[in-house]
Amino acid sequence: MDVEVMRSYLPLYRDALLLTLRIGWQGVLLALFIGVVCAVILHLRLPVLRQITAAYIEFFRNTPLLVQLFFLYFALPKLGVRVGAALCGVLGLGLLGGAYMAETIRGGLESIASIQSESAQSLGMTRMQAFRYVILPQAVSRSVPGLVANVIFLLKETSVFSTISLMDLMFTAKDLIGMYAKTLECLTLLVVFYLIMLLPVSVLGSLVERRLRHAEFGP
Amino acid sequence: MGNALLEIKGLKKAYGEHLVLDGLDLAVDRGEVVVIGPSGCGKSTLLRCVNALEDIQGGEVRLNGELVRRDGKNISQMRQKIGMVFQSYDLFPHKTILENILLAPLKVQKRPRPEAEGEALELLARVGLADRRDDYPRQLSGGQKQRVAIVRALIMHPEILLLDEITAALDPEMVHEVLQVVLGLARSGSTMLIVTHEMAFARAIADRVVFLEDGHIVEESREPKAFFDRPATERARQFLRTFEY
Repeated sequence: MDVEVMRSYLPLYRDALLLTLRIGWQGVLLALFIGVVCAVILHLRLPVLRQITAAYIEFFRNTPLLVQLFFLYFALPKLGVRVGAALCGVLGLGLLGGAYMAETIRGGLESIASIQSESAQSLGMTRMQAFRYVILPQAVSRSVPGLVANVIFLLKETSVFSTISLMDLMFTAKDLIGMYAKTLECLTLLVVFYLIMLLPVSVLGSLVERRLRHAEFGP
Repeated sequence: MGNALLEIKGLKKAYGEHLVLDGLDLAVDRGEVVVIGPSGCGKSTLLRCVNALEDIQGGEVRLNGELVRRDGKNISQMRQKIGMVFQSYDLFPHKTILENILLAPLKVQKRPRPEAEGEALELLARVGLADRRDDYPRQLSGGQKQRVAIVRALIMHPEILLLDEITAALDPEMVHEVLQVVLGLARSGSTMLIVTHEMAFARAIADRVVFLEDGHIVEESREPKAFFDRPATERARQFLRTFEY
């Protein structure tokens, strides 16, 4: 293994990591936002919106991210809608992740016994107040392990961004291998950089989990 | 009858085909009304209907002459006047004891925090739990949780308190500490509609006993001592006998 070569690639990988993180986090935030909105719609059984949400979830869970990205990047322009590669990445990740996040949060919401809402309502809270102050906070803290798993999954999925010419980690590695054929060095760096990106997320996730679940489950 | 605090008229509640309350009439003026009866007779359902936690199939519930309806516009105001304590305490596990008590006064009644907090601490002291204000529900025993649940209902200044088998999930010693609190409330003049299986307690606290079976009131007495010693109906006699060995 040629360490000198690897060192010379570092700046390229660093830039790729930053790009992956930037698009990845925007996608994750979008996914969380979509997920909460969809889960609330499903939980409160809002008419019409509920059917739309269910269709959205099934659609995005049952098509590969790669296909979704291709559609956004190559098919939409044929319909006259031009979306930049970075925006495609954020949208694709957000829409796919939203479907997963929604199901995770919905699971959390449904795990809260209905008597929690009743005891809140018996104190004079409206259904919405009970939901906001009593049900949702408990549901979110119970969903944290699943949400963290989703975040890691989504950040790994960014590796398909290379197919729409985003210079993410995967793209950079493939590009360098194509040019200089230092396959071992390039792939080793690739693995290391994914770990650099994702290990802190795992650690942070368990910290958040401990903090949020402290009230209910103790230290 | 016309100016009773709580008035239940012709109350009908069914789960599907199964009729749980069959045209029940009951008026509560003040003092302690204890409802007893075999499991499944509709006691808890009655309390849930009074607080409009259930859809009803007929009849009405009025508090001070005002309808209590699940889909009523003023249901939030009405429920503030009807405190309820459940068998399983149902504290909010993600909030400390103090925050459990303060949530409704602050968010529903929009009371200023210092005032509400002052009252919460006073009430907590009254049930002997002032030092647990910053603990979470999981750190408390069942009896302590139930005392907090009572405080959480009291701080809303309800006109009537519904107690739904509040000691059914507790160990004997904890039953005692919770019932002491309820007896204290009774002495200070609260009006309560109490569902219980603790006959000694029912006897001690009741101004009036209602014996319920199959969604009907089978026997009702304003002289609880007499009722417990010599019930008028054979059915009540049978029921009370099940508590003897």
